Amino acid sequence: MALIRHGLPAREDFAAVGSEDALPEGAVIVPFARYRAEREALLARNAPLGVRIEPGERVEELSDDLPRLAVIALAFPQFKDGRAFSSARLLRERLGYKGEIRAVGNVLRDQIFFMSRVGFTAFEVEKDKDAAAFAETMAEFSQVYQPSSDRRPTVLALRQGARMAAE
Amino acid sequence: MYRYDEFDRTLVKERVAQFRGQVARRVAGELTEDEFRPLRLMNGLYLQLHAYMLRVAVPYGTLSSRQMRMLAHIARTYDKGYGHFTTRQNIQYNWPRLGEVPDILDDLASVEMHAIQTSGNCIRNVTSDQYAGAIAEEIEDPRPWAELIRQWSTFHPEFSYLPRKFKIAVTGSPHDRAAVKVHDIGLDLVKSEAGEIGFRVHVGGGQGRTPMIAMTIREFLPKAELLAYLEAVMRTYNRLGRRDNLFKARIKILVHETGQEKFRAMVDEEYALMQGESPIEVPPEEVARIVAYFAPPAFERLPDADPATDRLAAEDRDFAAWLRRNVKAHRAPGYAIVDISLKPIGGVPGDATADQMDLVADLAETLSFDELRVTHEQNLVLPHVRKRDLPELWRRLKAAGLATPNMGLASDIIACPGLDYCNLANARSIPIAQKLSERLADQALQEDLGELKIKISGCINACGHHHVGHIGILGVDRKGTEYYQISLGGSADENTSLGEILGPSFTEDDAVEVVDKILGLYRELRENGESFLQCYRRVGARPFKERIYGAH
Amino acid sequence: MAKAELPQALTANRLGDGEVVYRTPAGAWSARFAEAAVFGTKADAEKALADAEADVAARRVVAVYLFDVVPGPNGPSPRETREVIRAKGPTVRLDLGKQAGNSAEHGARAS
Repeated sequence: MALIRHGLPAREDFAAVGSEDALPEGAVIVPFARYRAEREALLARNAPLGVRIEPGERVEELSDDLPRLAVIALAFPQFKDGRAFSSARLLRERLGYKGEIRAVGNVLRDQIFFMSRVGFTAFEVEKDKDAAAFAETMAEFSQVYQPSSDRRPTVLALRQGARMAAE
Repeated sequence: MYRYDEFDRTLVKERVAQFRGQVARRVAGELTEDEFRPLRLMNGLYLQLHAYMLRVAVPYGTLSSRQMRMLAHIARTYDKGYGHFTTRQNIQYNWPRLGEVPDILDDLASVEMHAIQTSGNCIRNVTSDQYAGAIAEEIEDPRPWAELIRQWSTFHPEFSYLPRKFKIAVTGSPHDRAAVKVHDIGLDLVKSEAGEIGFRVHVGGGQGRTPMIAMTIREFLPKAELLAYLEAVMRTYNRLGRRDNLFKARIKILVHETGQEKFRAMVDEEYALMQGESPIEVPPEEVARIVAYFAPPAFERLPDADPATDRLAAEDRDFAAWLRRNVKAHRAPGYAIVDISLKPIGGVPGDATADQMDLVADLAETLSFDELRVTHEQNLVLPHVRKRDLPELWRRLKAAGLATPNMGLASDIIACPGLDYCNLANARSIPIAQKLSERLADQALQEDLGELKIKISGCINACGHHHVGHIGILGVDRKGTEYYQISLGGSADENTSLGEILGPSFTEDDAVEVVDKILGLYRELRENGESFLQCYRRVGARPFKERIYGAH
Repeated sequence: MAKAELPQALTANRLGDGEVVYRTPAGAWSARFAEAAVFGTKADAEKALADAEADVAARRVVAVYLFDVVPGPNGPSPRETREVIRAKGPTVRLDLGKQAGNSAEHGARAS
């Protein structure tokens, strides 16, 4: 398991805590259900807090608390469950979340480019080799057709720019 | 037709390089088959019964002669000299080697083609009316919009891991040749009372094991809003489509379980919320840029009739039959649309040899403004042919076995590859198509039977569109033996209907006899020149059931 | 009444070209069904399947599975139509596949 944050290998500084586990000292990521049940106590702790969201859970329900959350971990129980792609975009574009959005679970190297486009900034990958290939995989495409949370200029915008320059 | 600019070209090349790397990782052992499978499928590469199979997209069915020649070159160089045109405006190669697929993709990229998203749980090759830009009745050419959808859906970061595959079809004519109501999203170009042209949006159609007709969720969508509205539909589906059961994962299940009004409201709510975020906006200049590529070719001013063509039609019955069946009225006087039948009597529906592809490319280049179309009924089209060129064209097609005058007739059968090639099939489709075609070969008989759509699938996935065949045939496996279930009354046009199963299934030979009997009964029952479908809709299933299975 | 178990053979596709192959008695892979090992007991068949995993890991073959064969006067043959077609080639193109003796040869390499 390797963590990449903002494109670089990073040290894990959050403890992933299950629904029944005792809370350790320091930064933790807790399941959304536990967050709902223990919200006051969790927010009162003097340590960074993250929430893990499963694909069927609605990020909108967290909207009021987002400024107080350091990490939103969006889970991929299987790589093919793509609901978190929409959750990430909603967090960035609709709910204005500025903190870390982390992909956790069955995260494949070949999905990272799309994940980064919809707003993920951290990735827990299963293979160290996949982490090493991060820069390579991010460089595979130099152009994009669709606007997304990464605000990359799209092909449509570049064409429009070229037209304006030509006038 | 559309030409890539530097951006389109770069993206397709980068995709080839990426796939080359993925293949290399597989061969080097960095990826297991389980890890590699989704990657190869997203690029149209399957492992079938005998070998790999590569599915190449023909976006909205439009090809140039150069592109068709490349398809022939690939068939010759990397495959066994032929290709199979599918029911979704794709072409499949049945024998490529894994290590050579990146080279095939490089060759395709050199003529602005690709295999991107021809499989996988993503937005697939967008399909359209094969007569777009040529047929007189058209409201507007749908292809610029199909091209816009192609670009928008290519590597969409949010919608590449959907619950299931997703198919979009667009048509611009009142008569639907694109089967829009059996697609995940179907789009009709329509004209409002104010004279403005926009889209009618149908969602939740599909075939497969649970066939459903799409519901209309928007009667008029301004063209400028197309992509943003599609994003709202896609996001609603991506978040709420079922992922617990593979067989219930298509959007049709979500739409039909949710209900038309409620689904419409959900999409509208999402669409409203998306405003002010980063909705995809297409500048009018960009629309104009794409539309310009589809400007009508420089048609000559010609008299509508051509005397030499008419003379040959009067003298030669074969030519006359071909004109009657395979030539359609063009919107420009003196021109015609020519269907090229890939359904020779007794042949494999949709198969074409490399030589045939080359010939068709030559004909397109010299006689049809360099344009070709691929149809979802597994035929080809030369969209813009001068009427005076029809005799020459006919002779050359005939010499290559491409002038069977059977468009829309009994032997113009759709069939999936079935158990002869496909890993998913339960039964063979092609042999029964061949037997029926031979049984019904007589031209006078076929013309007497009139418009008849026979569609055959080798399994419940329904690639052969059996649910919407006037006569649908579904192959099933009964204890290791192939059986065929027959349904009647399906249709995929603007009056879409799903066929009704006639009764218990038959062996292959019996199924051919049963179709013959069904057609015999139709000839007894028809009134006032009714087509088979009209007759069936009037009399219902009962007389057919009684004829086939007896009164009780 | 439970049916008597049929003997089985083990098949896969070659990774490189997808060619249908069969496990031989020597534990190699052959493109010819006639050279396939026929396992008379479930235990032997399962053991062969387990052994073949090494060739999957070594990227020689993919999609390994067992299928039923029926004994006959001219030797065993596959029970299901699907496996008969895999062993021979498309029934609608007798010029292609194993039945034509050219399944792994085509395109530029064959010429």
